[in-house]
Amino acid sequence: MDMNRRQFFKVCSAGIGGSSIAALGFSVKPALAEARNFKLARTTETRNTCPYCSVGCGIIMYSLGDKSKNVKAEIIHIEGDPDHPVNRGTLCPKGAGLMGFIHSENRLKHPEYRAPGSKEWKRISWDEAFGKIAKLMKDDRDKNFVAKTDDGLTVNRWLTTGFLAASASSNESGYITHKVVRSMGMLVFDNQARV
Amino acid sequence: MTNHWTDIKNADVVLIMGGNAAEAHPCGFKWVTEAKHHNKAKLVVVDPRFTRSAAMSDYYAPIRVGTDIAFLGGIINYLLANDKIQHEYVKAYTNASFVVNASYKCEDGIFCGYDEAKRKYDNKDWAYELDKDGFAVVDETMQHERCVMQIIKRHYSRYTPEMVETICGTPKAAFLKVCEMIATTSRPDRVMTIMYALGWTQHSQGSQMIRTGAMVQLLLGNIGLAGGGMNALRGHSNIQGLTDLGLLSNLLPGYMTLPGQSEQKIEDYLAKRALKPLRPNQMSYWQNYPKFFVSFQKAWWGKAATAENQWAYDYLPKLDKGYDVLQAFEMMHQGKINGYLCQGFNPVASFPNKAKIVGALSKLKFLVIIDPLATETSEFWQNFGPYNDVKPEEIQTEVLRLPSTCFAEEDGSLTNSGRWLQWHWKGAEPPGEAKADPEIMAEIFTRVRALYQKDQGAFPDPIVNLTWPYRNPKFPSPEELAMEFSGKALADVTDPKDPTKVLAKAGEQVAGFAQLRDDGSTSCGCWIYSGSWTQAGNQMARRDNADPFGIGQTLNWAWAWPANRRILYNRASADPAGKPWNAKRKLVAWTGEKWAGSDIPDMRPDAKPEEGVGPFIMTAEGVAKLFVPSGMVDGPLPEHYEPFESPLATNPLNPKNAKAFANPAARVFKGDMEQFGKPDKFPYAATTYRLTEHFHYWTKHVHDNAVAQPQQFVEIGEELAAAKGIRNGDKVRVTSNRGKIETVAVVTKRIRTITCDGKKVFQVGIPIHWGFKGVAQRGYIANTLTPFVGDANTQTPEFKAFTVNIEKA
Ligand code: SF4
Repeated sequence: MDMNRRQFFKVCSAGIGGSSIAALGFSVKPALAEARNFKLARTTETRNTCPYCSVGCGIIMYSLGDKSKNVKAEIIHIEGDPDHPVNRGTLCPKGAGLMGFIHSENRLKHPEYRAPGSKEWKRISWDEAFGKIAKLMKDDRDKNFVAKTDDGLTVNRWLTTGFLAASASSNESGYITHKVVRSMGMLVFDNQARV
Repeated sequence: MTNHWTDIKNADVVLIMGGNAAEAHPCGFKWVTEAKHHNKAKLVVVDPRFTRSAAMSDYYAPIRVGTDIAFLGGIINYLLANDKIQHEYVKAYTNASFVVNASYKCEDGIFCGYDEAKRKYDNKDWAYELDKDGFAVVDETMQHERCVMQIIKRHYSRYTPEMVETICGTPKAAFLKVCEMIATTSRPDRVMTIMYALGWTQHSQGSQMIRTGAMVQLLLGNIGLAGGGMNALRGHSNIQGLTDLGLLSNLLPGYMTLPGQSEQKIEDYLAKRALKPLRPNQMSYWQNYPKFFVSFQKAWWGKAATAENQWAYDYLPKLDKGYDVLQAFEMMHQGKINGYLCQGFNPVASFPNKAKIVGALSKLKFLVIIDPLATETSEFWQNFGPYNDVKPEEIQTEVLRLPSTCFAEEDGSLTNSGRWLQWHWKGAEPPGEAKADPEIMAEIFTRVRALYQKDQGAFPDPIVNLTWPYRNPKFPSPEELAMEFSGKALADVTDPKDPTKVLAKAGEQVAGFAQLRDDGSTSCGCWIYSGSWTQAGNQMARRDNADPFGIGQTLNWAWAWPANRRILYNRASADPAGKPWNAKRKLVAWTGEKWAGSDIPDMRPDAKPEEGVGPFIMTAEGVAKLFVPSGMVDGPLPEHYEPFESPLATNPLNPKNAKAFANPAARVFKGDMEQFGKPDKFPYAATTYRLTEHFHYWTKHVHDNAVAQPQQFVEIGEELAAAKGIRNGDKVRVTSNRGKIETVAVVTKRIRTITCDGKKVFQVGIPIHWGFKGVAQRGYIANTLTPFVGDANTQTPEFKAFTVNIEKA
């Protein structure tokens, strides 16, 4: 069976799966093609990059569902992007475990609230969460905003609420975050680059 | 990175120091092996531990944690004493020939202008001597006793191989071997790259460590060349992007800075930043600052930013001091902060002195967590036995935890450490009700704005006038945001040389930052990202991996800032006449009419070599600075100081001057100085580090990674283990003056005993990846131990050098 480069990578880069099938004594080429292609044939490929370290390896995510409306896509396999000029299809032990990050049992699923002194979370709605946050922020800003210093300098700053931004969020998320935070006059503002 | 990952294959020598690419950046490290195989490159690794990078090296030298400036200063001394520098490069492309003020001096480790009470320098005496036209005086022969070349010769003459051995514990022969290997690249046709990471940044003198590395590279003529450069490997996937976009207390996008409160007028603000050239004919590219700044204000405040109101200059908050994370948690600890929002960040695990961090969070009125995962920070109020021994009923902080999406569930771009902005696509829906960060930020913003529109309140103007042109105001799309930071014409933009020629029509995306104007006719959210989304579309999504010149410059893969340039300062890859130093690694050359080659030239395209326009176009000098008259708060030249916690009682370089023991210009908060451990109680030098199977505190939530490295450990050498009666796998207690962790010991040959200043020094390695949330076994937060002090310039905490004691538990 002839395979082009794409198919070859689809088949082989799954490391453990590939080698264990080979170990069963099948003739490698056709057996691999049957086992893996069958599974991935129904999937949709999406290009992404590894969100861990700053090498920025290219990855291909395979999901069930064709991304049409009303179909919930589910990622079932991730591998290195062979076209990517830096990683050329490889992934390190971190990137190789990415599926487990997406599907981690510790992913948060609902907004939650912990009251002062409480020992537990209470599930709340987004609407309630956003309403609370907006109010807490505005109250604090109105109370503590410094428009001018004692000696009359215009400073328009708000120092009693701070914000810590991510370092794995996209540029677009970072940009809008900066725009929102700074428009309110916040100075206590940093991202992971500080550490 | 000045260069990028693939480019490492062009190196002849690779120095890995202050990083461990083989384990922390494995798929990037591949390019080191490519250089070794295809270019016969030599890999040199200097590290306290014999890491996996060291295992791949041609030569490994051990070093004591926190002493890298002494080592690199020793290399500078070796290069100068043995005449192993790239003379033509040093003369034409650095400030070695610049003459410094007569009043400059450095005595016993302290530079002139020091105020001990404030722990601050006044840098006025570090300036160049100026001529009557305001240009810096130079001596082309570099013989003037006050020229930079002579100053650094004198300064680093104290960094002898013997002194290096005394401070660093690196045997003299090993140190000299490293020097010899590095020095081979002083030849114009040989090049070395330096790869470093948090092992250099996380020190109280981290910025100066990196600067010392850059000085070595400049003396060798290795900056701006393919296979050369100063390459910060960086930690997280978009730490580069978030920095570029200015999400730091004192920054605006594109390395513009927030005004200080003394800069009340926009003219004062701009004048300080639009630097005039310090030498004739230089580009001093920051002269364009007003164009970038006005375009930025237009992007954020649109019609509300006018020439009459100084482009809404008052809308920006003004600084009185830095509000970095250490400052923030210090204020919080003092009860001066009421609210805090953490987006994808886990300070309880990531910041030093966990007890202080948890204590500070406990004083907040409210804390908002935005994260895909259940982090330690979000549950700082919960009792997890010895791992987080708090009383929830006493913690009055309200906590809101909001689920966000992860990379797989969104479109957008990340900037890798090679400055490539790579677009990625959504492949699945998020779990449960999780929302994307832009949606969460937009909801918070539009609700706050609605409250201000309805009820007024403190200075609503910058909030109610913030441009918000998004089709769905509750969820700006990544495309809209990317187009906004790349920039567009608000009115027709014409060619300054020919006003009849329209470069960009009103409403069109600009082609790049050269089209930005300071008259309000353009808007651009981040000038260095300008050109990432042009009229031709999303440049970050390009996927042509062709490498037509065969040296790894894939110009049509994604998009690199600035201007899609892959190697910064690449004009320096050619000699002053415009001929490449090495024709095999040609980046750009002067064709007789213009600059061209395999990369986007980092030079005015028509600047003839005889005009003498220097390759370091962002500096007012036009050349790179071996000596920095301004810009570094802790001295114009790097000087070795001990870490704030050291196994030594004195700084061997300046043993008689207690002021010069640790970085004299580093900020230390009251109470933290007292918490630094002393060698009698905490005799062992310690450092934190990462393992290849884990990524910080995320992958302990991931099953496969948790299986690969399930349990916390600390690493010690055989001699210390024998002295303490500790065997491999024994339970041990590691204490610093701030707290303790209990875990198992791994006894290895990887950490050798070294001798510093006549004293045996044992080092302890502490991997960071455990905590009290996750699917791996529970462990103590490593930062329970680390000190609350940062680099004098950046305030990055000193995680990589502190002291501990260790006992069998
Ligand atoms: S796969 Fe590994 S090397 Fe590549 S980006 Fe992810 S963490 Fe970094």
